[in-house]
Amino acid sequence: MTAASKRFSPLGLAEALATPHAVDRYLELIHPMLTVRELRAAVIDVRRSPSSVTLTLRPTRQWRGFAAGQFVRVSVRIDGRLHTRCYSPAGSDRATGIELTIRAHDGGLVSQYLYANARPGMTIGLSAAEGTFVLPAPRPSRVLLISGGSGITPVMSMLRTLCDEGYAGEVAFLHYARDEGPYLDELRALAVRPNVTVRVRHPARHGYFGVAHLRAVAPWFADAETFVCGPPALMAAVREVVGSERLHTEEFTLGGSARGDAGGAITFTRSGVTADNSGATLLEQAEAAGLTPEHGCRMGICFSCVQVKTAGCTRNVRTGETDSDPDHEIQLCISVPVGDVALDI
Amino acid sequence: MPTHLSPLQLDELARELDAVRQRVVDDLGEEDRAYIYRVIKAQRGFEVAGRALMYLPPAWILGVGALSISKILDNMEIGHNVMHGQYDWMRDPALNSKMFEWDNVCPSEQWRYSHNYRHHTYTNVLDEDRDIGYGILRMDESQKWNPYYLGNPVYAFALMVFFEWGVMMHDLEFERIVAGERTWGETRGIRRQMWHKGVKQVVKDYVLFPALTGPLFVPTVAGNVIANLVRNVWAYNIIFCGHFPSGTVTFSREEIQNESRGHWYYRQMLGSANITGSKLFHILSGNLSHQIEHHLFPDLPARRYPQIAPEIRAICEKYGLPYNTGRLSKQVGSVVAKIFRLALPGRTSPEPAPSSVSPRELAAAA
Repeated sequence: MTAASKRFSPLGLAEALATPHAVDRYLELIHPMLTVRELRAAVIDVRRSPSSVTLTLRPTRQWRGFAAGQFVRVSVRIDGRLHTRCYSPAGSDRATGIELTIRAHDGGLVSQYLYANARPGMTIGLSAAEGTFVLPAPRPSRVLLISGGSGITPVMSMLRTLCDEGYAGEVAFLHYARDEGPYLDELRALAVRPNVTVRVRHPARHGYFGVAHLRAVAPWFADAETFVCGPPALMAAVREVVGSERLHTEEFTLGGSARGDAGGAITFTRSGVTADNSGATLLEQAEAAGLTPEHGCRMGICFSCVQVKTAGCTRNVRTGETDSDPDHEIQLCISVPVGDVALDI
Repeated sequence: MPTHLSPLQLDELARELDAVRQRVVDDLGEEDRAYIYRVIKAQRGFEVAGRALMYLPPAWILGVGALSISKILDNMEIGHNVMHGQYDWMRDPALNSKMFEWDNVCPSEQWRYSHNYRHHTYTNVLDEDRDIGYGILRMDESQKWNPYYLGNPVYAFALMVFFEWGVMMHDLEFERIVAGERTWGETRGIRRQMWHKGVKQVVKDYVLFPALTGPLFVPTVAGNVIANLVRNVWAYNIIFCGHFPSGTVTFSREEIQNESRGHWYYRQMLGSANITGSKLFHILSGNLSHQIEHHLFPDLPARRYPQIAPEIRAICEKYGLPYNTGRLSKQVGSVVAKIFRLALPGRTSPEPAPSSVSPRELAAAA
């Protein structure tokens, strides 16, 4: 029988009355922030720098908080379509609002839209926090944080959280920036604490990451837990110096390796479309063929783009694994075809 | 039905229609989203008003009216169209074809199979499109007559009254079970889905909402029964006018062997019929009054059908194809006449509709 007859609850009754529609489908018509199940957020503050926008969000009561370093999925509506992207909150995980800093990068549909249009009062879709890029508990005695460009946000969250907690161990923060980003002043201010060392390096002036940069901020780096977020080249360089054992990484972009070899054909069976394999990811190739498969982060995190591959072989560009199983679910955004592939989209 | 159009002409027809479709697809955006949300807001408004007015005995009839309109909007302009994927491009989980459920006892998953796939792919192909007679009626002369069909008008009337239940049971394919082509056991999975959906719908309309009106339990049950009945009668009539008015053409399995895209379009145009009416009428019909446009482009948002209708009509004229359209009374009249006529044996050809030319005549003239 229905949920209401099993055990009485006001929500169960409301859902039985609203069936087959969700109660939120009625409430949202009164106010978009009025929800019983869905998590959403209102923008309560907007600050802009020349290259980025910082939003402060007030989530609905379904929000369960986040751990410093995790990411959330944010959905915004642009010309009737919902677009979802992943962003890591930059604030302390003890703060009440959620602070997102979004760099308006060239060709970035969502980031450009938010940079131009975000205003207090706007409602956006929000997901629960996800991700394993988090500080261990109990806290290690030495923490090394390294970031490049817009990769600063999750590690900034870690630094602010450690400071809020009154963390007594040593923290070093090494950040690479081409221009003056939104957090540099705050980083310098936090550096007055006796246990916090901060260095902001400009690649044009100081060169790229190297062991000398590391020794200058954290001569103890061999004993530290290291957290790095930034371009793939930075992460690879850090891995070379500190090794993998105590290294925690968060990838923001796929970098330049997201291509397979061209050749063969891709058949989109449900749409009845066939295209020559250009070597790009299946998501890009589907879009190039005029299809609009559902997707989110475009970097293999959110699983919004999972679809069934009915035949053929694909390679995961993040792991390098190949998959030849028929009728297997794959992530379109990080899979490239190896020869002929058929997809049920 | 051999076509008078050559394969080259059919390819050209496909190109022209594809171009119409592409132009609309390229133009989809905020306006279409705003439109469907306006309809949803109106539907929810009618629904809440209808439920609330049940507490006010003098306004009972208004409540029934509001609830009827709510169910009609939910099933037709919203449910049917959302489940076609007309709004999937919005990527809004609330309006996603695979996730949507409608205020109807038929589970949406089964509807998508029998309607979106079977009916829209094999439109008017005998023995493939189960919407020809829904397995219980004789709606085409090529269906072999037997004495069972003497009851054709009675079955049709019963189907109209219990339409949502008929739609729900459509997938059981009773006639194939009777013919021994399918076992009762095979329907177990879909029967479970029907049970789950049906129970929720029945509990909502006939137990919970009536109970909430306390001493008015019986009038509320009666009001909800009538609202469902009004929706049944309305949906049945609109849907029967889609493919059964005189002038619509059916096809055989042989004719669609290795069918080209152009021939598929051709078949949709010949097999469908429109209904003329006001803007409000079109919305209440879910724009199925533009059945021809809907069958050509089932995944375009329905509000676009009236916009492209003049162009489709011009294309029909250019290729000498009928564009079957008429008032609701005329289309319903011709369907009712067919239901009665086909109750009796014989293959008497129906009168061609005045506004359309039969392809047979065109073929003869070519």
